[in-house]
Amino acid sequence: MAMEVTQVLLNAQSVDSTVRKHAEESLRQFQEQNLSVFLLSLSGELAGEDKPVDSRKLAGLILKNALDAKEQHRKYELVQKWLALDVGVKTQIKTCLLQILSSPVPDARSTASQVIAKIAAIELPQKQWPELIGSLLSNIHQVPAHVKQATLETLGYLCEEVSPDVVDQDQVNKILTAVVQGMSANEGNNDVRLAATRALYNALGFAQANFSNDMERDYIMRVVCEATLSPDVKIRQAAFECLVSISSTYYEKLAPYIQDIFNITAKAVREDEEPVALQAIELWSSICDEEIDILEEYGGDFTADSDVPCYYFIKQALPALVPMLLETLLKQEEDQDLDEGAWNLAMAGGTCLGLVARTVGDDIVPLVMPFIEENITKSEWRQREAATYAFGSILEGPSPDKLTSIVNVALNFMLTALTNDPNSHVKDTTAWTLGRIFEFLHGSTVETPIITPGNCPQIIRVLLQSMNDAPNVAEKACGALYFLAQGYEDIGSASPITPYFQEIVKSLLSVTDKEDAGESRLRTAAYETLNEVVRCSTDETAAMVLQLVPIIMTKLHQTLEAEKLSSDEREKQNELQGLLCGCLQVITQKLGASEPTQYAFMQFADQIMNLFLRVFACRSATVHEEAMLAIGAVAHATGPDFAKYMPELYKYLEMGLQNFEEYQVCAVTVGVVGDICRALEDTVLPYCDGIMTQLLKDLSSNQLHRSVKPPIFSCFGDIALAIGENFEKYLMYAMPMLQSAAELSAHTSGADDEMIEYTNLLRNGILEAYSGIFQGFKNSPKTQLLIPYAPHILQFLDSIYMEKDMDDVVMKTAIGVLGDLADTLGSNAGSLIQLSLSCKEFLNECLSSDDHLIKESAEWAKMAISRAISV
Amino acid sequence: MAPHDLRRPFKRPAISDQQRRRDLSLLRQKQNRLDAQRRARCLASSVLSFQSEPKSPSQEQSHFELELELEIEPDAEEHQGPATTYDVRQASKLRGTEARRWFAKQLMLPEWMIDVPPNLNTDWYVFARPAGKRCFVVSSNGTTVSRLRNGILLHRFPSALPNGARINNVSRSGQSYCILDCIFHEPDQTYYVIDMVCWAGFSLYECTAEFRFFWLNSKLVEVGACDTPSTFHKYRFATVPVYNCDQEGLQTAYIGPVPYVKDGLLFYNKHAHYQTGNTPLALVWKDENCSEYVIDTDSKGQVPNQQQLVLELQDDGRLATSDDPSVIFGWLNEDFIQKTGLHAGNLLRFAVNDGGLSFVDGKLEKADLQYLGQSNRARAFADSYSKVMFQYIVRHSPLKIEHLFASIGPLGDGDIASHDVEMAA
Repeated sequence: MAMEVTQVLLNAQSVDSTVRKHAEESLRQFQEQNLSVFLLSLSGELAGEDKPVDSRKLAGLILKNALDAKEQHRKYELVQKWLALDVGVKTQIKTCLLQILSSPVPDARSTASQVIAKIAAIELPQKQWPELIGSLLSNIHQVPAHVKQATLETLGYLCEEVSPDVVDQDQVNKILTAVVQGMSANEGNNDVRLAATRALYNALGFAQANFSNDMERDYIMRVVCEATLSPDVKIRQAAFECLVSISSTYYEKLAPYIQDIFNITAKAVREDEEPVALQAIELWSSICDEEIDILEEYGGDFTADSDVPCYYFIKQALPALVPMLLETLLKQEEDQDLDEGAWNLAMAGGTCLGLVARTVGDDIVPLVMPFIEENITKSEWRQREAATYAFGSILEGPSPDKLTSIVNVALNFMLTALTNDPNSHVKDTTAWTLGRIFEFLHGSTVETPIITPGNCPQIIRVLLQSMNDAPNVAEKACGALYFLAQGYEDIGSASPITPYFQEIVKSLLSVTDKEDAGESRLRTAAYETLNEVVRCSTDETAAMVLQLVPIIMTKLHQTLEAEKLSSDEREKQNELQGLLCGCLQVITQKLGASEPTQYAFMQFADQIMNLFLRVFACRSATVHEEAMLAIGAVAHATGPDFAKYMPELYKYLEMGLQNFEEYQVCAVTVGVVGDICRALEDTVLPYCDGIMTQLLKDLSSNQLHRSVKPPIFSCFGDIALAIGENFEKYLMYAMPMLQSAAELSAHTSGADDEMIEYTNLLRNGILEAYSGIFQGFKNSPKTQLLIPYAPHILQFLDSIYMEKDMDDVVMKTAIGVLGDLADTLGSNAGSLIQLSLSCKEFLNECLSSDDHLIKESAEWAKMAISRAISV
Repeated sequence: MAPHDLRRPFKRPAISDQQRRRDLSLLRQKQNRLDAQRRARCLASSVLSFQSEPKSPSQEQSHFELELELEIEPDAEEHQGPATTYDVRQASKLRGTEARRWFAKQLMLPEWMIDVPPNLNTDWYVFARPAGKRCFVVSSNGTTVSRLRNGILLHRFPSALPNGARINNVSRSGQSYCILDCIFHEPDQTYYVIDMVCWAGFSLYECTAEFRFFWLNSKLVEVGACDTPSTFHKYRFATVPVYNCDQEGLQTAYIGPVPYVKDGLLFYNKHAHYQTGNTPLALVWKDENCSEYVIDTDSKGQVPNQQQLVLELQDDGRLATSDDPSVIFGWLNEDFIQKTGLHAGNLLRFAVNDGGLSFVDGKLEKADLQYLGQSNRARAFADSYSKVMFQYIVRHSPLKIEHLFASIGPLGDGDIASHDVEMAA
């Protein structure tokens, strides 16, 4: 086999698909039958200076893929297989790879450096291959330039793959020294300098200690700044990338350099080539990101502690920064609105301006207003567009007080421009700006309304008129209407939208039918706006919402009629079905929320369910997420009558619960199972064996995205509450799972914020399961089955209380579980409860909570405990 | 290590509508789950049992008679089973006879104190009973209803109790309701709450008095039920000061000033649950200093020369108190019953003759009674044994406040007593 490898690898790249498939199959078999020999042959191939470049590259690629995979489960498998290989084989492969770094063929070197990094990612955490970094760096000053370049590239990949905590500071120092020296102006070879600069980008995460040392930091910063002035554009771009990364990773160390950074970036934005200028703007955007986060953490209370202080770099740079950004706005590209992938100086500058506005608030307004006033009436479209875009960009951040009077003046101008401006680009930005006005300055929380009975008719008329404009303009007009409707969400009856409801709906529906609605995601925007208009509608228009049901159903029905679709058409059909199912879901949820409309909706339930089942049937292996989401709303609206759909629906529920890959689908299905349990109560029983089996499988799977696991636990609770003591047969499976998940989630020490957040979601799910189970068994003769679980559950409550890191939601659920336990087990658990910490300190803490939901649950618990221990 | 993509979202809202659809669905599901949980927590614990007794023709008759002044409804449902359970929301829909019979059975009725219970100073509370009409106050479905002990409607009104008035933007679930044990005090038109049975859907039946009083005092003020009346709160509610029954507490309850007219003292055992019907774990005691109505008066408000009592005629002619088990005071012979046309279940009024009541070993042995006639139709029950006994001793050798103080003794007495017991053991 080894002899044939070269040919097989070449065949695997053949244009002839039969040849290609055959080659791929032999490679796969080879890998399965003898992994050691397979990997050895591949490394040998990659090393073979007499081999064709193409087969060497592919050999390297397959080698890389044998070490790592995107999918976690597969990745774990591959890592285990590598670790299990014979040490001799591994050493042979690694030695071979290191030698390739000296190859004269650049592709071979580059591929080898990536493979080395993958092996390092597996072995370094296991304390294996300790000599790697030393051997890479040992003679870096003596080797030829191309080897030096490959070595630096390898270090770069290594830093990208390996976590900083598995590399000693001593080795980090050596890596950084080599990298920074490699990128300094003294390095004569540009390839080496570029590789070093790119390596630094990845190594920055390792440099915590070095950035805390003034001398070392000064040195690194000087070298990076110098590299931004390199004659090679790629080096300048890579150096700016480093600066962007430094500005967010080491924000708190920037103060001494910020003036220099501003000078460098200002020059780049004005003079350099676009890829470099874009990075220079990005640097300020990422400083804005940092300061927005910090200021958000202050929460308006500037005396409060935050881990990182705010240095107000943006505020200080404002007088120079804003003019620089405004200049970029005039550098639009023709038709940039039609190109989904476009990203240019004007777009980046406007985006950064928006971030600056969010960072500094009111202060930006006087700096931008003159630009707007000067340009908005100019005959050159670029000036009008730039002025409008500047205005739209600063609408989020400054206070309504500061903006309202300006917006009141501008509104009329904008409405006229949207109707009359000859330039489509200007209209696009104008419609977008109107959307921003409605998003941030219109709604129940705004004191002085921008939209009044006087101008509302005109606004709606202009927006509806724009629906007939170019698709990109119409899409933005839909967006504006979306926020216009949203602003009236809490108004109750007498919404100013009500008189126009029918007209709006009609216009949106006709937009969805337009030939060109597929462009600029216009159709999607129209349906989404229709959804929002329905969500925010009032009782007065309920009858019209009801009339929408058959209309949308007809459209959905039409999508099902199409036959023999190409894969492209199928994708479009799928997307349209998603929009229509989404729309039906919103309508169903709206109508299901009050009794009279819920009753009226029932006449359509059979037809709607029939359509959803047909949408499911369109696909072979997956379930349509939007259809599933909509089915949950139907179950809620129909209640016990939903039982009749179960025989047909069941297999799709099962399919949804099995969908590990599209975890959103799985999560949505889990939620729908909960809806169904509440709708059917104990008549869901016949389906519970299958559902529980699926849910238990889901929980045991390493493939399923972790975010789905908490809702699965909650779903246990929904099932138990629905079927009561019939849950008995699942106890022996569900309880141990809950118990081990509880043990895992009890302690979070050392976890980061994201992990703590997830842990709290998990705890909440577990606790909701316990609540449902206890409540389900209440007043049943089988209550005593739960007694053996009580000590562990109480212990779990105690330990999360001691941990002091639960959020309000967990607190509410946890104290509720205490009550449910006491309520269901009564005197059987009285003494146990009295021994627990939860029934004293925790309960008292909850009783005095400001959160009324926590308090309510705590009062329930107190009462239940009082009964349990007084018997 | 290719250049990194730095595109940011451009002219796009931060959240997609699809995400909004998911989020709103999750929100709805969360709310529905919360509602289901709340329903489960409230329901089962507050179902009150309504025992319809097995019927006999004579009972039917008595019923008929009892309800004459009100609408007569065929009690078809009562024949269906021996026991019907309602929760309060169902019960509030009951009308006429059923409603009254149901509510009449839900109150805890204190026995009269005819001797001093042990550990009065450690295990009991004392408070001054407001003079007025004992009633149940139920708030549910946006209205509040009060019913007297015999089930008759007193008031229907809006109140600040949970779910006690139809006020917008108060998002109480339909499950949420309250049952309070009150005395309506006419002079200041105030409901004095003497006990709390259900609060915001949570049942307190099986909670100790200690807990119920604690709850009562914290919750009532919290919802504003003690505020002065307004459009959505027609009558004021008030708590009564409850004391530990030690020297000081008893003294304060007995002579301390209260904003209402006193009608005796109520004693509640701290550890007792709310028990419907007669219970010896709640006691009432009166003397002339703390009540205008120590000795029963007749319909004209006069104290009759002889003590009167109401007993229920049973199948076999025996005359029984309302206790469970009842105490038999004597019997009517069959001739008399036939002659007077009485039926089992009738409530009959008697006077105690000079022969009085005689006891052997603390048990009633003989009563010298004289038949006066049938009792007032509005009465629902015969007298309890303790009531008869209290009225009897008031007329002969009353249990005086000094006796109560004496049983409590000076501070520390109790300790010595228990110490002695230990020594002896």
